[in-house]
Amino acid sequence: MSAVLAIAGVELRIALRNLWVALAVGLMAVFAAVLTFAGSGPTGTLGVDLLAVAVASLTTLTVYLAPLIALLLAFDAIAGEAERGTLALLLTYPVSRLSLVAGKFVAHLGVLAFALAIGFGLAGVMAWAIGGAAGGISPASLLALVKLWWTSVLLGAAFLGFGYALSARARQPGVAAGLAIGLWLVLVVLYDLAMLGALIADNGGVFTRTVFPWMLVSNPADAFRIVNMPAGEAQALASGISGAAKAVSSSFALSALAAWSLGALALGWVAFRKVEP
Amino acid sequence: MSLQITHAIRRFGAVEAISDVSLSVAPGERVALLGHNGAGKTTLMKMILGLTHVDGGSISVFGAAPGTSAARAACSYLPENVAFHRALTGREQLRLLARLRGAGRKQADDLLERVDLSDAADRRIGTYSKGMRQRLGLAQALLGQPRLAVLDEPTSGLDPISRGEFYNLVNELADGGTAVLLSSHALTELEARTDRIAILLKGKLVANAPLAELRSQARLPIRLRVAARPENTEEVAGRLGGIRVNGQSVEISCLQGEKLGHLGRIAALETMIEDVEITPPSLEDLYRHYSGRNPT
Repeated sequence: MSAVLAIAGVELRIALRNLWVALAVGLMAVFAAVLTFAGSGPTGTLGVDLLAVAVASLTTLTVYLAPLIALLLAFDAIAGEAERGTLALLLTYPVSRLSLVAGKFVAHLGVLAFALAIGFGLAGVMAWAIGGAAGGISPASLLALVKLWWTSVLLGAAFLGFGYALSARARQPGVAAGLAIGLWLVLVVLYDLAMLGALIADNGGVFTRTVFPWMLVSNPADAFRIVNMPAGEAQALASGISGAAKAVSSSFALSALAAWSLGALALGWVAFRKVEP
Repeated sequence: MSLQITHAIRRFGAVEAISDVSLSVAPGERVALLGHNGAGKTTLMKMILGLTHVDGGSISVFGAAPGTSAARAACSYLPENVAFHRALTGREQLRLLARLRGAGRKQADDLLERVDLSDAADRRIGTYSKGMRQRLGLAQALLGQPRLAVLDEPTSGLDPISRGEFYNLVNELADGGTAVLLSSHALTELEARTDRIAILLKGKLVANAPLAELRSQARLPIRLRVAARPENTEEVAGRLGGIRVNGQSVEISCLQGEKLGHLGRIAALETMIEDVEITPPSLEDLYRHYSGRNPT
């Protein structure tokens, strides 16, 4: 445990000095502020809770940003050590591989959770400041924001696990970075495009009824989207794949997301165990 | 024995990177592992440390299998060309490693001083020269009083003064009972500083003995160079035989057994000569001999 904390402390310092923390916090803060502010225009007239709309747009934002930040933090974790020659060194120390990767994970997850908290916190404060006079903020939307935060951390954990797996397989930071970008594109962008394309082509046929619900939970990013799907109709409109998403229940999606986090971390762990430096 | 390697084999595909190597290192012994690039030195070291598996034979580190926690607690390692994280300072890096090794912060700070890094300790490693990174690597290999130190090319990138200081550290370790296995390309510096030389050639151990023993086994010629007084050069050359070099010197090659006879004859010419120099075969000659590249 002492080893895990020692490694986490040093990794945190590295993340601070490499400006990964600044980058992550900056990205989240800017996008959250812009989205909340943009949402304040129409809601004044619609009479919808501003924060509820903000949560819907923040969900879409987080589907892109949380995996990206997680992969940025993770891709160098093992490949970088291998390239510097410190991986061979660390593995001769009386420390288990599990402690090494756990130390890095604690630090990376901490950075991610902090950046997300800053971004969402800023959105909450802005919504309260702008919308406080008009409609106020309902406790339900505040709860939705908190849920968005912890489920984003879960989503991030899944992509940290993928990142470690890539990093262990690639052995070179450049290759690991390329693979990470590829994975991000496939899981976060192309997967949804392919799914939408198939939905349109199928037009409510077999694919839509049988395959599609499983596809939604076969990708942590989509499972996350469903978990944070707004309950009300008006907000559902803002989030895109609303109608189709009813095929999968929110609690099932949440279990899928949690399973993905654990599974991806296990994947990273298995890949790291196989590494011979 | 601190380290006992028995008929160890490691294959990469069809190639035997290490074939049937047996080698042992006793506590307090300093053994140098020599070999061309790709001869298998690093592979053998990684096998000893449990970083890569053993395909045949066995390796025992203080009675434990390589890579087990007992073996890891006893061993320290200096990888070839180790570069630490640029964003950390030397002190942060060494303190982390000290904590992982179970050594105190104080030892980390003391070691930074021992390897002459105290002034640079709070600067980022990104600003270090190669020699400084290498010295930081050495410092970590001394953490926690290892019982077996495995050092891969420890003096690469070091200037002559730092090399001397490095061997002082190695001697101290060995005096304290640590078994030291090190590899090096700089052959001359090993001559007086190791107890035994092991030579790897294409994964096979072709020599493993103290330097003096290797010399007598190899039966390489000893060179005697006699500097004659200028007026006597002709006569000296005539009486001793041998080859004239540089105008006034005469060079004789002979085997170990013939050396004293030659020296007696040279001593008899006392008044005609200025000096005599005896050059035993250098480690480089020996290395060439054992690695099958005899000088012609």
